[in-house]
Amino acid sequence: MAAKTQDTAVSEAKVREITFAQAINEALAEEMRRDPTVFIIGEDVAEAGTPFKVLSGLVKEFGTNRVIDSPISEAGIAGIGVGAAMTGMRPIVDIMFGDFLTLTMDQLVNQAAKIRYMSGGKLKVPLVLRTTLGAARRSAAQHSQSLHAWVSHIPGLKVVVPATPYDAKGLLKSAIRDDNPVVFFEDKMMYQLKGSVPEAEYTIPFGVADIKRTGTDITLVATSSMVQVALEAAGSLHEADISAEVIDVRTTVPLDKATLIGSARKTSRVIVIDEGYESYGVTAEIASAIAEGAFYYLDAPVRRMGAMDVPVPFSPVLEDQTVPTAAKVAELALGVCKNR
Amino acid sequence: MVQTKKKKSRVPKPVSDRDERWLHFYRQMVKIRLFEEEVNQLYLGAKMPGLAHLYIGEEAIAVGVCEALRQTDYITSTHRGHGHCIAKGATLDRMFSELLGKAAGYCRGKGGSMHIADQESGNLGANAIVGGSAGIATGAAMSARMRGTDQVAVCFFGDGALGQGLLYEAMNMAALWKLPVIYVCENNLYNEYTHYSETTAGRVSARAEAFDILTESIDGQDVKVVHTAALKCVAQARRGAGPSFILCNTYRFHGHHVGDIDRAYYRSKSEEEQWKSRRDPLKLLADWLKKNKMADAKALQAVENDISTEIKAAVNFALNAPYPEPEEVTQHVYA
Repeated sequence: MAAKTQDTAVSEAKVREITFAQAINEALAEEMRRDPTVFIIGEDVAEAGTPFKVLSGLVKEFGTNRVIDSPISEAGIAGIGVGAAMTGMRPIVDIMFGDFLTLTMDQLVNQAAKIRYMSGGKLKVPLVLRTTLGAARRSAAQHSQSLHAWVSHIPGLKVVVPATPYDAKGLLKSAIRDDNPVVFFEDKMMYQLKGSVPEAEYTIPFGVADIKRTGTDITLVATSSMVQVALEAAGSLHEADISAEVIDVRTTVPLDKATLIGSARKTSRVIVIDEGYESYGVTAEIASAIAEGAFYYLDAPVRRMGAMDVPVPFSPVLEDQTVPTAAKVAELALGVCKNR
Repeated sequence: MVQTKKKKSRVPKPVSDRDERWLHFYRQMVKIRLFEEEVNQLYLGAKMPGLAHLYIGEEAIAVGVCEALRQTDYITSTHRGHGHCIAKGATLDRMFSELLGKAAGYCRGKGGSMHIADQESGNLGANAIVGGSAGIATGAAMSARMRGTDQVAVCFFGDGALGQGLLYEAMNMAALWKLPVIYVCENNLYNEYTHYSETTAGRVSARAEAFDILTESIDGQDVKVVHTAALKCVAQARRGAGPSFILCNTYRFHGHHVGDIDRAYYRSKSEEEQWKSRRDPLKLLADWLKKNKMADAKALQAVENDISTEIKAAVNFALNAPYPEPEEVTQHVYA
């Protein structure tokens, strides 16, 4: 079932085309207007509006008290975010590149994720950590990784990987209102992607996958920008007379296993696509959940496609090999559907 | 960067030498001492799961600092945190219950000795990652400022945390933004089993001075000295004048944890005996109270007897308290 029917207050009347970056910006502005405890802290978030210009204009409306430029101290701002969240604020910590998550790991994994549990349910940490993922920007090995599997591994964290401007806005608003620490990943390469977003307010619940395209022959499960890759692949598969269903996971934690399994039972063939490293990655977890829930319905092994298990190289000739593309997905799908 | 909207701050009244509150300080210190001695007995008697890191010898710091705070002020604590929790207002029965993994514990048995948190008394939690709470305390201070309160936050940590980068990131931001946070470094001389001089270059207080943070280097065994420094630092924080750093020179009478019995390879028996006989914070305060005719031996003994009775009742409560139901294992992962 398409999740959009569950979204709150979607006005079909007034819909505009805006970019992924604008959708993020709108979600932040709306939540900051709605709740005075929401604030942003990060490197170059105020006047600079981040290097990606995603936050442009927010400091003008909310001032430097609520859009706070920090030193280059990822662990420090993550820790400050945790402390502020525990004491009545709703901080949004901006970590410019997902690769820098490594610097926040203690605060995220040992502190934010565990405080609720360790305190026997007395404390809560309503923290949002926004960061990026995605390669192909010619940024080399330390600015190109997709590390969402790391945080998806930790109980106590929620993890969001939106693929469209519509989803990004609704999911970010839910993240800010959530009483748990949420890690929100934005693909750097999608910031200029345009999509339909209603003017009226809406939120999107976590743990509800979205069927982006219906099909009957094969299910392509994808995350973040890989949803766009899967949709493109589905388009070319259509020309080969293969009907592909594309499911956007939207949140890896919580994971909507029921929708994934339901689709797999229907199509009997599945490929899982994600931009994180393939080994021990998100694709493995999802493939396992599907294999467990749909084993007797499957006509082929569940296949996975992640980033190559190499540090992301700089040279475009090398880098482009490392990430799943629509052509590669379509080629794999043709093989999986061979004996259809 | 932070909002300046603030309630009128009230500078705490300095405690005079004659003030009866010193007897209360003594009571609090005795409470921590006897609590920890009972914890050691529980461990030796195999009644307590896991380990505990005893605070004995450092009681003057927790009490001297926490007595300068209000209930609504925040603290963050460490793996050696029982003293901080008690000094900030935790009750002994729920403390013991937590140490024994019982449902009546502060964290329903989910945290244990190293993770006691008590929202009602402003304790944001003991932290078993060395230096791990530097950001949390600083964030709580920032939150207090943003919410327009005059709450302050105290970050307790040991000399071991001086090796952690997070502390310096947090202190830098606290100084930049004049946040109401007090960093209290309990230098008990040992990073676990290694003397701090082997791990720590330069002067400890120079670290805070580099950020232009008000720095006090004090005798951590004298609760009067600790309290005086704490009052000054808390007052500064409340009036919006920024963070401070109190370096408390102290000593851990027991091992790194209850099982650290054979310590000869890292410190001598004679060193331990010197601290215990000459620098025991309880004895120093008791002697001072007697010398100044604020309490006689009988009165001090009465305090110990009272606390002893309280400890016995509390530990019995905990020993007889039920464990959490098995189904609780999946509760509280998410809010």
